[in-house]
Amino acid sequence: MKDTKVATRQMSTLKKNDIFWGYLFIAPTLLGLLIFYIFPVFQTFYYSFNDWGDFGNYSWSGLQNYKDMFDDPQIWYSFRNTLVYAFVMVPFSIAISIVIAVLLNQKIKGLTIYRTLFFLPVVTMPAAIGMIWKWLYNADYGIINHMLEWFSIDGPSWLTDPNWVLISIIIVGTWSAIGTNMVILLSGLQGIPKSLYEAASLDGASPIYSFFKITLPLLSPTIFFVAVISFISAFQVFDFIFMMVSPTNPAIDSAQSVIYLFYHYAFVIGEKGIAAAIAFVLFIIILVLTIIQFRLQKRWVHYE
Amino acid sequence: MKKFYVVLIIFLVFTLGACSSNDEGASADGKATIKYAYWDKNQEDMLKDIVKAFNKDYPNIQVKLELTPYDQYFTKLDAAATGGSLPDVFWMNGPNFVKYASNEMLEPINNRIKDDELDLSPYPKGLLGLYQYEDKTYALPKDYDTVGLWYNKKLFDEAGIDYPNEAWKWDDLVEAAKALTNPDKDIYGIAAFIQDAQASYFNTILANGGYIISEDKTESGFDDPNTIDGIQKYYDLIHKHKVSPTHAQMETTDATSMFESGKVAMMFQASYMIPQFKANEYTNEHADVALLPEMQKRSNVIHGLGNVIAKNSENKDAAWKFVTFLSSEKAAVMQAESGIIPAYEGTQDAWTKSTPNFNLQVFLDMAEVAEPYPVSKDTSKWSTIIQDNLAKAWSGQITVEEASEKIDKQMEEVLASE
Repeated sequence: MKDTKVATRQMSTLKKNDIFWGYLFIAPTLLGLLIFYIFPVFQTFYYSFNDWGDFGNYSWSGLQNYKDMFDDPQIWYSFRNTLVYAFVMVPFSIAISIVIAVLLNQKIKGLTIYRTLFFLPVVTMPAAIGMIWKWLYNADYGIINHMLEWFSIDGPSWLTDPNWVLISIIIVGTWSAIGTNMVILLSGLQGIPKSLYEAASLDGASPIYSFFKITLPLLSPTIFFVAVISFISAFQVFDFIFMMVSPTNPAIDSAQSVIYLFYHYAFVIGEKGIAAAIAFVLFIIILVLTIIQFRLQKRWVHYE
Repeated sequence: MKKFYVVLIIFLVFTLGACSSNDEGASADGKATIKYAYWDKNQEDMLKDIVKAFNKDYPNIQVKLELTPYDQYFTKLDAAATGGSLPDVFWMNGPNFVKYASNEMLEPINNRIKDDELDLSPYPKGLLGLYQYEDKTYALPKDYDTVGLWYNKKLFDEAGIDYPNEAWKWDDLVEAAKALTNPDKDIYGIAAFIQDAQASYFNTILANGGYIISEDKTESGFDDPNTIDGIQKYYDLIHKHKVSPTHAQMETTDATSMFESGKVAMMFQASYMIPQFKANEYTNEHADVALLPEMQKRSNVIHGLGNVIAKNSENKDAAWKFVTFLSSEKAAVMQAESGIIPAYEGTQDAWTKSTPNFNLQVFLDMAEVAEPYPVSKDTSKWSTIIQDNLAKAWSGQITVEEASEKIDKQMEEVLASE
């Protein structure tokens, strides 16, 4: 009796010790997360109910920021643009990434060169990407329209025509998203046992048939992960739009994203309260969308 | 995780940096250290020389130069002002001045000017006015920028037209632009751009007898028929006379690039573009500058930087000595030689001689007829309103009158809430 009691007490101090050390080891990350990510979320929420003055002065203004925000027609344009961007760009980029990942999972010559090429946009600064694409898209002197001329096609004014500007942005977004998606999908592909393909080919399945029946289902957890992070980053699209489309651009209403408008409010005209309100509404939208995605995963994601 | 380490490192750098900077400030033996913040890297060497010259007169005052690129300058300054750690002396521009002055972040210098019997007559009036708020002066002018009519001599020669001269009226400009425009070669007479208000429509508004903001900063000038007409005349260059690239074209390739590649024969442009036009081989050879044409009168905006002292500086006397030195004749000559127009009257000869290819006297003459750059407390709020609405007019979505009406209404709302 006596012995067991001592044992339990020892166990519990040991456990306590373990817990202490456990927390100590994750403390740097946890503290960083709390101070630099979690706390600002609540702070932003609080500031969205305040009127910002100069030099950090603020005063309670209730729902005024949200009212001002929804009174601005720009906010509706920017939400529309962001939604269209996300819902077109994400499926497109994932589909292309899957195809490229599958192709780069074969044993072909110059494999690492191709992988590097497709990954390059990821390690390039978005601002630089925006600058380069702005030149490519230039309606009068750009290389894209120049090449279209060879086929006697009169290229559109990519970045100043309201009908084209969002498409142009989606193309750049897709192009720069493929790299990250591809790497994640490649790692997913390499987790699929080769024996499955061998068995399928012995049974006479064509490569396309086994792509749809083996690759896609077994890759679905990875695709799901890619979809979730792609949607989150697509809703926060900003940098290369900022570089390619100036505020005086005639197509600005069809081009600006929510974060573009957020930037305008926060840093151009200094209305940080309204900016906080925009950020918070966007946060809610992303949150809801992510929850929906997690709910829907049961229908199509196969875990082994 | 990676992000976190970056943040951690930044955090450490900042906290350690803060520890090491505690030994500054005034000490008993009259020695003082002051910080001087500015944003133009091109002026770094010149400012170092000025500090050296300053230390010959005042060996006890140590000046630390703090360079922050313009894009981050006011963000950083705002944060410093919020935290009560502004540099002792720093560059200020018009659009941000009233915000800082009205929030008592700056030290008024009228009494110091009076005590030192400092002569203000060498500085342009429009420039001194820019840094006055509620009858107090806050800055001594450092330099200034005015606007001129840049033109391409080669294109003028090819079209067989005389270069712009001081007798030009607005109609002469339009006629010349018509003769210079050659649609087959994609050459336009002029670029009626709006991307930079200071270099463009602000000047036609003023020259046409209009105004942008009333002197007491309570009213918008966009309901004044002269203002609207001043914008309309500039706008007509694209939409009526067809002598300018369209707004969409200038959004695709900016007007200055078109001018630099010989696609545009004339453009309004401010003196801050001189280094760029000088560095570009084509414009260095073929471009020159003339006075802006007269409309109802000849006018343009003047904007210049001022050196200000922080209200909570611990070394105001040392800071004041440095500010007066920065705006002195001696420092002005050093600036002039480096290619910046000094605000000090009579020292600009060195500047006009610094670039013999261009007739830089124009910018000094334009300063005589210049009006201060329009500012109020929330300049950026209404300047984006003007910009956004004019962009809609320029791209043909609304008329200039509709745009002006909207600007007037929205701008008055902003001004009323200041």
